[in-house]
Amino acid sequence: MRLYVAVAAGGFRRYATYRTATAAGVFTNTVFGLIVAYTYVALWDERPGLGGYDQAEAVTYVWLGQAMLAACSLLGGGFEDELVERIRSGDIAVDLYRPADLQLWWLAGDLGRAAFQLLGRGVVPMAVGALVFELALPAAPGTWLAFVCSVLLALVVSFALRYLVALSAFWLLDGAGVTQIAALAGMFFSGMLLPLNVFPGALGELARALPWSALLQVPADVLLGKHTGFGLLGAYAFQAAWAVVLLGAGRLLQYVATRRVVVQGG
Amino acid sequence: MAELVRERGRLRHGVAAYRLIAGAWVRSTMAYRASFALTLCANFAVTAFDFVAILLMFSHVDALGGFTLGEIAFLYGTSGTAFGLAELLLGPVQRLGSRVRDGTLDTLLVRPAPVLAQVAADRFALRRLGRVTQGLLVLGYGLAVMDVDWDPVKLLMVPMMLVCGAAIFGAVLVAGGAFQFLAQDASEVSNSFTYGGNTLLQYPPTVFAKELVRGVTFVLPLAFVNWLPALYILDRENPIGLPSWLAFLPPFVAAACCALAGLAWRAGLRSYRSTGS
Amino acid sequence: MERTDPTDPTDPTDPTDPTDPTDSTDDFIVLDGVEKVFDVRRKTGFLRRERREVRAVDGISFSVPRGEMVGYIGPNGAGKSTTIKMLTGILTPSGGRLRVAGIEPARERTRLARRIGVVFGQRTTLWWDLPLIDSYRLMHRMYRIPDARFRANLDRCVELLDLGALLDVPVRQLSLGQRMRGDIAAALLHDPDVLYLDKPTIGLDVISKAKVRGFLRDLNAESGTTVLLTTHDLQDIEQLCKRVMVIDHGRLMYDGALAGLHEIGESERTLVVDFEHELPEVSVAGARVVRVEGPRQWLAFPAAASAAPLVTELASAYPVVDLSVREPDIEAVIAQMYADRSALG
Repeated sequence: MRLYVAVAAGGFRRYATYRTATAAGVFTNTVFGLIVAYTYVALWDERPGLGGYDQAEAVTYVWLGQAMLAACSLLGGGFEDELVERIRSGDIAVDLYRPADLQLWWLAGDLGRAAFQLLGRGVVPMAVGALVFELALPAAPGTWLAFVCSVLLALVVSFALRYLVALSAFWLLDGAGVTQIAALAGMFFSGMLLPLNVFPGALGELARALPWSALLQVPADVLLGKHTGFGLLGAYAFQAAWAVVLLGAGRLLQYVATRRVVVQGG
Repeated sequence: MAELVRERGRLRHGVAAYRLIAGAWVRSTMAYRASFALTLCANFAVTAFDFVAILLMFSHVDALGGFTLGEIAFLYGTSGTAFGLAELLLGPVQRLGSRVRDGTLDTLLVRPAPVLAQVAADRFALRRLGRVTQGLLVLGYGLAVMDVDWDPVKLLMVPMMLVCGAAIFGAVLVAGGAFQFLAQDASEVSNSFTYGGNTLLQYPPTVFAKELVRGVTFVLPLAFVNWLPALYILDRENPIGLPSWLAFLPPFVAAACCALAGLAWRAGLRSYRSTGS
Repeated sequence: MERTDPTDPTDPTDPTDPTDPTDSTDDFIVLDGVEKVFDVRRKTGFLRRERREVRAVDGISFSVPRGEMVGYIGPNGAGKSTTIKMLTGILTPSGGRLRVAGIEPARERTRLARRIGVVFGQRTTLWWDLPLIDSYRLMHRMYRIPDARFRANLDRCVELLDLGALLDVPVRQLSLGQRMRGDIAAALLHDPDVLYLDKPTIGLDVISKAKVRGFLRDLNAESGTTVLLTTHDLQDIEQLCKRVMVIDHGRLMYDGALAGLHEIGESERTLVVDFEHELPEVSVAGARVVRVEGPRQWLAFPAAASAAPLVTELASAYPVVDLSVREPDIEAVIAQMYADRSALG
């Protein structure tokens, strides 16, 4: 366990050294946040209460989305490029002989990275958002605590999804297609473009049941106080269930892939 | 005068080198047609999701900021096509920072061709036509459903928007690349002006705060890509009270932007060659 | 290989210069007091930055006549690649005078590019994802090589460097040795007058090394191409260069025959001193401060001199905490080169 904490801390520190990149990221998140927030204001002006949000809640959703964008590495930039590179170069064989679990090892590092990016790239844009718009941030510490738990689960689900995509490199010579489709699905079905509770009819039902909704929609609803009591437990259960299923699938895929590596001698 | 002749020569030289390198990449891509078709579709789909989000919005409302779906499709189509063209022709300039970091920029400096042409043509990717196609389709939809009294001037304005818009976006791309000579990790900053600018222009100016509209009119003149001509075509008031004849300025604004971007690029390259970092 | 006419009337960066001095003098590469100073910013606190000047190349002068093959060696960070970058026009010198084939590289980079060939050992000048032959075709057009010359040069390189089976392979799939051979060919297709090679045999197996060396020797003998090569491999120098130059701390330490190399004695040793607190650059007779980092300072003094009087003087004048003497890097490098050779037999 202490090993994984150290790996996570290493991930955090590693990204903390990229100062220019972080500053540039804060700038980008702020610009995009502003643009999207204004369009939401226009939308909620026309239809107050759309999707169960008032205008302040909708705008809060935008800035939370900007904070989660890099943390969930919806546009790439997480551990996956490195893992794919190690698979391609065969260095993955070395990792298999480490006295640590491959999946947990990468998970810990990615959580460290995500924690840094959530703080480093999320807080400042959110503060700018609070200056320009009226936000609906909760006052109760309990809601914040509930939110932190939900974010943690979101990060695990996000990792599990990307781990599956990265492992496909064992079979696919050029994984660009899979990566692109995964990124696409991530952007759309996480609710990054539009909150999922605004999606109409069956599309909305489907989108809210898919694992990507655990990345942004669920934590946002927890932050905005839409889930309380048993509802909150239900939200956690939804995220945790996807985390377990996807991590399990990752394990299975990893088992099949590494057997192949071991049999072929790397 | 001699300087002007030199500049023209350099431009011709650059265009020749660009065509040469881009041609090699096209031939190499076309060797794997199936893979190319797939990435083209993926590129199309990626960019199309933006518009799907707008369609979803319009499943709840009839107008956004006072603009109908057709009018927003027109804005989206002009901006998307213009940006798509700029990205197709100059996209790799955005990765300049990583070329500086890994030192591959040096290998371009020892070849007898302008560096900008070499950087811009590197990995020339026809799949970026996906964004252009998607923009054109949405533009076509917008033109079909929009309620406009077309006259020859307004009709001519549409192709002007695409060409000048592409030039303005291209200038922003090159200036963003030039900035990376100084700050190699700052590619995201230029992203917020290019991709961010494209997103901004997909929505009507009435949606945004007046300061923001002023900023993209007077400071970073993205408003000349589509907002100002579109307001003229749609016979609408400018939200910050500017006169409608500004709609005729994009060619001049585009020329000025390109000149400034060229100077910025040259300054960046000079600084790289004196600091080597 | 014949030389092509370097002046091209259609090239705007290429005004015909009737007084090109290269044809009247033997000195083809001329450096006179060339300097390159970098400003390095270093983090000293959370937001505090310290600016420091680094003299990567500190007044180097030498000249290389047409057709000579010269080895250019020194430890990492000594200023070798900075020199090469100035000679190719990538970097602008901070001071001094520099001419290659009568051209000032930094001012007329594109014009010079047609007359030089460059091989960077660590990175390729080929287009990474394109088949090798496509890179060559691009070179053909970009350097405007006459068709017949291109074909003749390519055939020759393909034969001598054994590239036939590799032409249709994307560069990224080539092994290091294959890629290096591909790079050398690419640098020679336009009949350059000068060839710069940065560690051309690094990471190659014995057979590839022999092949590359043989090729370079023939090239120099037959075409009279001037070659400047940096290397860590003494055998490269022994087999190819009559003359060798050694650079360390941005200065030329030795310029002469290989045989005299082991006698190099004018190098400097370094005294690393830790003071109790940060001090301005200290001054002591017989040594100069080359670097300051917080309370630590680096003093260079002649390798032949004793460190003892220096230490005494320092300790009496300043609050010294700790001291150590570092042997010159360059000697270590040369010693290592000889050691490598005896290990190989």
